Amino acid sequence: MVEEIITSGRMTPEVDPILHIWGWEIPLYLFLGGFAAGILFFSALFTLQNKEDRYSMAVKVLPLAVPVLLALGLGALFLDLSHKRYFWQLYTNIRWESPMSWGAWTLLLVTPLSIVWAASWIEDLFPKLDLRYDWLKQAIHMIRDYQKPMAWALIVLAVILGMYTGILLSAFNARPFWNSAIMGPLFLTSGLSTAAAAIALLARDHAERSMFTKIDLVLIAVELFFIIHLFMGFLASTQVHIQAAEMFLGGEFTVPFWVWVVGIGLAVPALLEILELRKRGVPTFVPALMVIGGSLMLRFIVVEAGQASRWLY
Amino acid sequence: MRYAMAIDTKRCVGCSDCVVACQTENNIPIGYCRDWIVESMSGTYPELQLEIRSERCNHCSDAPCVRACPTQASHVGKGGIVLVEETECIGCKACIASCPYDARFVHPEGYVDKCTFCIHRVEKGQNPACVDVCPTHAMIFGDMDDPNSDIAKLVARRKWKTLIPEAGTKPNIYYLL
Ligand code: SF4
Ligand code: SF4
Repeated sequence: MVEEIITSGRMTPEVDPILHIWGWEIPLYLFLGGFAAGILFFSALFTLQNKEDRYSMAVKVLPLAVPVLLALGLGALFLDLSHKRYFWQLYTNIRWESPMSWGAWTLLLVTPLSIVWAASWIEDLFPKLDLRYDWLKQAIHMIRDYQKPMAWALIVLAVILGMYTGILLSAFNARPFWNSAIMGPLFLTSGLSTAAAAIALLARDHAERSMFTKIDLVLIAVELFFIIHLFMGFLASTQVHIQAAEMFLGGEFTVPFWVWVVGIGLAVPALLEILELRKRGVPTFVPALMVIGGSLMLRFIVVEAGQASRWLY
Repeated sequence: MRYAMAIDTKRCVGCSDCVVACQTENNIPIGYCRDWIVESMSGTYPELQLEIRSERCNHCSDAPCVRACPTQASHVGKGGIVLVEETECIGCKACIASCPYDARFVHPEGYVDKCTFCIHRVEKGQNPACVDVCPTHAMIFGDMDDPNSDIAKLVARRKWKTLIPEAGTKPNIYYLL
């Protein structure tokens, strides 16, 4: 057999022997972005269907958390920057070819809109709240009139944001494990599933809880389908992609991924959700927390594995 | 104009003079390097082949690092040299992730750093420091767009390869075989 042994004299910190430029901040940023996108998506969708009273946790309450999630996400991104003094350069340039750039701009659009969106439900949620200032009351009445067009905009932005959390990674041709078109849809689905699980977890109304448990079940099925396709795509591709997949098929990521993400994060909660829908006395919070934890794990493992995969020469 | 470098793997002995010259010329902090030596041994015993390469940023004509940069800090300068503007770099590291050759690193001061083809010397008509210091004259620097340049003639005459051409970056470092 012809073999090749490569010895490199390079020992750059964070680059050798395996790339490790991104620690916990970027996966957390991607998780929070996807989670926020999922909440906004369901909130806007059920507003357009005039079901805001039936699904009040999804439509009115959880959006209150979105500005916080987005701020935390942007905070994590900021913490990751190694040249923080020049952070503002992100917003003096628009570079469509750079996912980092259009993602930052999408967040800049979504964050204020999510604040306005949450504010538009304030009177519904707290009818006794005295807003004190007349101008504030008027402003809130005004934005209420625009809820429908806002919901349309939010649906589009939420899908872009959810996809972006995956595309940020899949745009890197240099890291074979990230370089799959499945990443965008997979992360979008996972973000939606996280949001559905959170709604099921927090909803007080039984109908809402079981509706979102059903939605989550469908999303988990779609996610499993994407994961299978991800690996089929890698295995049918070039040598470096096959090697990237092998990290998960016997290699170092096998147990964390298949046991924690696919097993405990997707398959087991799916089974529990089925039992729950059949009224077998499974408490909602168990599968819901497993789904949320699994989707956080998914980001961590994918960010880590992408950095460990590379072109060989 | 397209600046490029031809590196003769038949001449390179892996002495690392280019690495030290670069660190001195560009004041690279200890532990970091903009160029480095790779030795690759291939074949089946006893028919083994040793190839020694001095590697650095390939100043790719289709540079993914420039595309990944959200701020235009990574940009294409004169003659296709790929550069980083320190005061525009936010340190997001997207460019590091996008380089299949791992040619970039985070400078201890926070911005991203890499080979510049010694543009400060090239602008004065000099060669990059690594080229001038090489004791075996294994490296040649010049303009590939000028068919009469030494490098263009050498690349036309010799067998050569570029590193991972299949990554699609159109690298501009030619390894003469
Ligand atoms: S070698 Fe890497 S850093 Fe240099 S131009 Fe190509 S992609 Fe960019
Ligand atoms: S680390 Fe700096 S040079 Fe690299 S992509 Fe980010 S802003 Fe651009």
